[in-house]
Amino acid sequence: MEVLKIATAGSVDDGKSTLIGRILYDTKSLTSDKLEAIEKTSKSKGYDYLDFSLATDGLVAEREQGITIDVAHIYFSTDKKSYIIADTPGHVEYTRNMVTGASTSQAAIILIDARKGVIEQTNRHFFINNLLRIKDVVVAINKMDLVDYSEETYNKIKADFEQLMAKRDYQDQKITFIPVSALKGDNVVNKSDKTPWYTGPALLEHFEALDRKDVYNVGTPRFPVQYVIRPKTEEHHDFRGFAGKVYGGELSVGDEVVALPSQTRSRIKEIYFYDKKYQTAARRSSVTITLEDEINLSRGDMLVKAGDLPTIDKQFTATVSWMDSDKMTPGKKYVVQHGVNKVLAKVDNIHHKINPDYSGIETEVDGLGMNDIAQVSFKLNKPIFYDKFKDHRTNGSFILIDTQTNNTVGAGFIS
Amino acid sequence: MTDTSHINALENEAIYILREVAAQFERPVLLFSGGKDSITLVRLAQKAFWPAKIPFPLMHIDTGHNFPETIEFRDKLVKDLGLELIVRKVQDSIDQGKVKEETGRYSSRNSLQTTTLLDAIEEFKFDACIGGARRDEEKARAKERIFSVRDDFGQWDERNQRPELFDMLNGQIELGQNVRVFPISNWTELDVWSYIKEEQIEIPSIYFAHKRKVFLRDGLIWSHSEYVYQEEDEEVLERMVRFRTVGDMSCTAAVFSNATDIESVVEEIKDSTISERGARIDDKRSEAAMEKRKQQGYF
Repeated sequence: MEVLKIATAGSVDDGKSTLIGRILYDTKSLTSDKLEAIEKTSKSKGYDYLDFSLATDGLVAEREQGITIDVAHIYFSTDKKSYIIADTPGHVEYTRNMVTGASTSQAAIILIDARKGVIEQTNRHFFINNLLRIKDVVVAINKMDLVDYSEETYNKIKADFEQLMAKRDYQDQKITFIPVSALKGDNVVNKSDKTPWYTGPALLEHFEALDRKDVYNVGTPRFPVQYVIRPKTEEHHDFRGFAGKVYGGELSVGDEVVALPSQTRSRIKEIYFYDKKYQTAARRSSVTITLEDEINLSRGDMLVKAGDLPTIDKQFTATVSWMDSDKMTPGKKYVVQHGVNKVLAKVDNIHHKINPDYSGIETEVDGLGMNDIAQVSFKLNKPIFYDKFKDHRTNGSFILIDTQTNNTVGAGFIS
Repeated sequence: MTDTSHINALENEAIYILREVAAQFERPVLLFSGGKDSITLVRLAQKAFWPAKIPFPLMHIDTGHNFPETIEFRDKLVKDLGLELIVRKVQDSIDQGKVKEETGRYSSRNSLQTTTLLDAIEEFKFDACIGGARRDEEKARAKERIFSVRDDFGQWDERNQRPELFDMLNGQIELGQNVRVFPISNWTELDVWSYIKEEQIEIPSIYFAHKRKVFLRDGLIWSHSEYVYQEEDEEVLERMVRFRTVGDMSCTAAVFSNATDIESVVEEIKDSTISERGARIDDKRSEAAMEKRKQQGYF
């Protein structure tokens, strides 16, 4: 059984919460006490149907306003997979939440109201999923019950969306269109007989069929040193293990590795997971590695395979998603957290803002405000070891931390 | 490590988070309740730092209304693993006049723990408190970050949380602030039980079906105990029960069960139609009970 994390995006009233509620209901993931609470609240609000959105809109403010304001995580599982839905709000002012939700997801659902078709916010949701290089995206055309399950309407929306697809940067992203009614349950978990013209899978069937290779990019292994383990006990007196998570590929005992930044060479001697030795460390496993030679390595350093070095540089250009109410301006200093490595960075130049709805760029920029996306150059006080985001999702991304407030104020994807 | 099953993905994530805590903070502590989630955290911490010892102490905020089985278990675990245990008592906060004991039918010391916890954080200057909360437990928790920053008063500002992107955890804080860390955020109740089964982790006996004196109120099964308020007309029954979650005796309801071993518990959870917190009396107080308590600094 695997875990698949899916980001959902949609505008107010697209029925996103209803869709998630429907998935939970049809996969029998809603427990009787939760269902009871939903029934009770739906009744007290005078609805004659079950308001599944109550299953996800958790916070008091959200219930009052009837909208979703933060990323909520919803869990359910089938016999095949475990699912985590990162439910993100779709308003323009919540771009940062969409970026956040998408950054940890392997697949995404973009919801479109069949009555409204592709709107400006659809562009934005698609732009962000494409920017974050989510490999598998489903465009769920919802509320089909309100357009009489019309094949013509579905085809029109699909054609409109395909025009957007021509503009995308990441062309290999796989996109699947599915006509659904979250309220009535058509093509959500089960195939509907109301759309005989649609021959593809129901939404959940689509995700059930996804394989690891459909959602993960396999690249080159990077091993950032997270923590150095030196027990200094009698039994393990000379043990010096480098603890960390393997990203992008796998590492094996005997591999020739280069330590960065020193560029010293060695070989992997042992790979431990807890007290057991393994021949290979899989992608995304949290292991402890020992080396043949005594090399001085500390947190923030990196082990990579010889002959497969990342870029080592004190400057880079990246697409930045700004997430703070304080403006980013040229000359300002921030902490760049690149994986577990932290360096001080100065904003060298904000080249241009990118309108996240495919409406072009703005070149006259004096600073970045909340939810802006822009192309920015940075200068660093010491080199980092990076790949381009398009080549390595982990080693090509970073966050920006405000040196005064310590808040995470932005995210970046190295170009 | 070539196995990439579902549990392993969660285990690798939790180990990564625990290592981030040890690397980013000066004085972390693992909040240990004696419940299955905090026991699971201890196992994950063992794995994260082997062959070194777990580099932080455990702390138990003791309501004094514990199941005796939990305390016995706690002391044995700490001794077996050679860990440091700090205990701070709600009774002391009551004696110092900082909190008032609740009275009546639904009285519990559960919410009083907050004051004792915040005092202990100040006393030891802890900058990170690791807890076993999970996002699937409750809807306010579904929005909790993995590194959740609390202000000087231990409060949670749900409107102003730091975004968490990719694997990157930002643990930078000001003096006086602290971070609550939730390494098993993404685990479900079934994940925890499956892990306990797979890893053969020992847990207190109250998690397995046993004969206990109980009484029924509001459709819940309450323990008959000196710590739990009971009306005269609430009849004491002896039944086979077990606990799915272990808080203090006054806020934890039992479920009828014949699951006496881990295999049958896992099967029971799979078939269950009631959520784990459905048996938490403290959550029944209102629709927004958990969110309110969290804003006040509850775990």
